[in-house]
Amino acid sequence: MLERGEVANSWRRERWESLRLLTPNWQSRLPGLHYDGPDRDGYMSMREVITFIERFATVSRAPVRTATEVLSLCRVDGGYQLATSGGPIRCRAVVIATGACNVPVVPSVREAVPDSVTQLTPFDYRWPDLLPDGGVLVVGASATGVQLADELRRSGRPVVLSVGEHVRLPRTYRGRDVLWWMDACGVWDQRHDEVDDLDRARRLPSPQLIGTPERRTLDLDALSASGVELVGRLAGLRDGRALFSGGLRNVVALADLKLDRLLDTFDEWAGTTGVDGAPERFPPTRLADSARLQLDLTRGEIRTIVWATGYRPDYSWLDVPVLDGKGRLRHHGGVVDSPGLYALGLPLLRRRRSTFIHGIEDDARAVVDHLAGHLAARL
Amino acid sequence: MTTVDNGVNVQALLDARGALKDAPDAAQFTWRATSTWRNGVHSTTRIQNFFGLGQEQSHKTETVFDADHPAVFAAEDNGITPIEYLLVGLASCLTAGVASVAQNRGIQLRSVESTVEGQHDIRGILGVDSDVRNGFNDVKVTFTIDADASQQEIEALVAQSQKRSAVFDALTNPTNVTVAVA
Ligand SMILES: Cc1cc2nc3c(=O)[nH]c(=O)nc-3n(C[C@H](O)[C@H](O)[C@H](O)COP(=O)(O)OP(=O)(O)OC[C@H]3O[C@@H](n4cnc5c(N)ncnc54)[C@H](O)[C@@H]3O)c2cc1C
Repeated sequence: MLERGEVANSWRRERWESLRLLTPNWQSRLPGLHYDGPDRDGYMSMREVITFIERFATVSRAPVRTATEVLSLCRVDGGYQLATSGGPIRCRAVVIATGACNVPVVPSVREAVPDSVTQLTPFDYRWPDLLPDGGVLVVGASATGVQLADELRRSGRPVVLSVGEHVRLPRTYRGRDVLWWMDACGVWDQRHDEVDDLDRARRLPSPQLIGTPERRTLDLDALSASGVELVGRLAGLRDGRALFSGGLRNVVALADLKLDRLLDTFDEWAGTTGVDGAPERFPPTRLADSARLQLDLTRGEIRTIVWATGYRPDYSWLDVPVLDGKGRLRHHGGVVDSPGLYALGLPLLRRRRSTFIHGIEDDARAVVDHLAGHLAARL
Repeated sequence: MTTVDNGVNVQALLDARGALKDAPDAAQFTWRATSTWRNGVHSTTRIQNFFGLGQEQSHKTETVFDADHPAVFAAEDNGITPIEYLLVGLASCLTAGVASVAQNRGIQLRSVESTVEGQHDIRGILGVDSDVRNGFNDVKVTFTIDADASQQEIEALVAQSQKRSAVFDALTNPTNVTVAVA
């Protein structure tokens, strides 16, 4: 196992200070290692995640070679050739487990942002005090965006949040974690070959959830209530002005409708299994009569833009032609289009749960089975 | 077997979607209109040809649109005002979307009516107040739909139709516009 940094590197280097997992502790499980602390319904801090993964590396006796970066990977007769910072390696099979979120995605309009405005990605962001005083425009309202908008607003700054398509979820439903419901009624088990539009499902934004001790909901209503101003999707930048879509009401309506359909699924499941409690419905998301369509970035109202516009994998070291036109890895349930090459840790790799830490157990087993078959067939 | 028929050939649309996925060039369309000044603020705009799927295309017939201003603007009212054409575009685009999405989701429509209202402060175009914009301040579309579906499914149809609407996008998002003199 080659790791460019240390064990749990992404959790050490690429996350902000206050981040906690949005998945509850009981769901943080790796093969043979389950959370065994006192707070099954809590959410791990970064320190706790790092400790958890370090513990897994120790108990599983994973043969990790740290500080070894893969610089290139190419196909050769009978297998693959790697160049690494620790020297060349030849092997018959490779599992790419370099993560789905190596680089923050930033739209190209960033180039038109006036120099007076500081621009940050979630990888640059650590805590609010490091930002210049003054207003912040957070672009993107999925998990990262809502969490950073909330934290920045609580630090006393004026915050404008640009909202595109998003996934609204309450933290708890009928007294239980919303992710418990999804687990119980089988949402996470849905397989890649059962999903209607796999391409779209793989691009689904992360849900508007935050892990806090009080298990609070962090949807757009909660943000508005704390004073965050909501505007539409960032549609362009012209003459120093950010231009926002006038379609905010519809993205909000889509998310509200989708939430209701999900709650219907929960209630149906609860009806057949006899889970106690009564159905709840949340009021439609409230919006101001008209959201701002423009924001002058030259006037000093906004001093910082935080791009919470998603993440992507980095395959710049991969010299095997297995990427599609959009730079995504072509694979079928983790089996890449090149014999002996495999992938793990990508969104909906084999099941909806593949996106999360708890998805790895099933995925790894299936992929390793295939890999073992590949090696055996060629002996 | 579905017996739902809203008159939309969804299969053809899905096939096109599949075919164009790997042929982005064929998906490039150019829509054209040619306009002639008549008199006063009256003009006539004709539409027949467009470009798409890699070649010149043509509507069955040419369509002619008259635009003018109403009598309250001291004009002859030979046709609707240009900004009302935006309402035509928006209503027809969203309605087409509702029908297509309903067909795709197996929902039989019986009637789809909509009213589109654009709030317009004309002090902008008259130059009375430079803080007032020229275009609409607000556009409201209200659908009344009779279909074999729940209220929630109908709301989802309307939401999805906005999500895939060319005119909704053109109105809600900025577009680069270049006007040149030949
Ligand atoms: C902000 C954020 C919050 C998240 N919150 C949650 C959550 O609450 N719950 C949850 O279940 N999931 C969450 N996730 C998803 C989480 O990242 C995955 O579930 C899981 O950590 C993926 O593990 P991984 O080992 O596949 O990838 P990573 O954790 O990204 O690990 C990949 C490793 O590969 C190394 N690497 C990359 N390139 C090279 C190279 N060329 N050479 C050598 N080594 C290399 C990296 O240093 C890194 O250590 C979150 C993700 C992000 C970005």
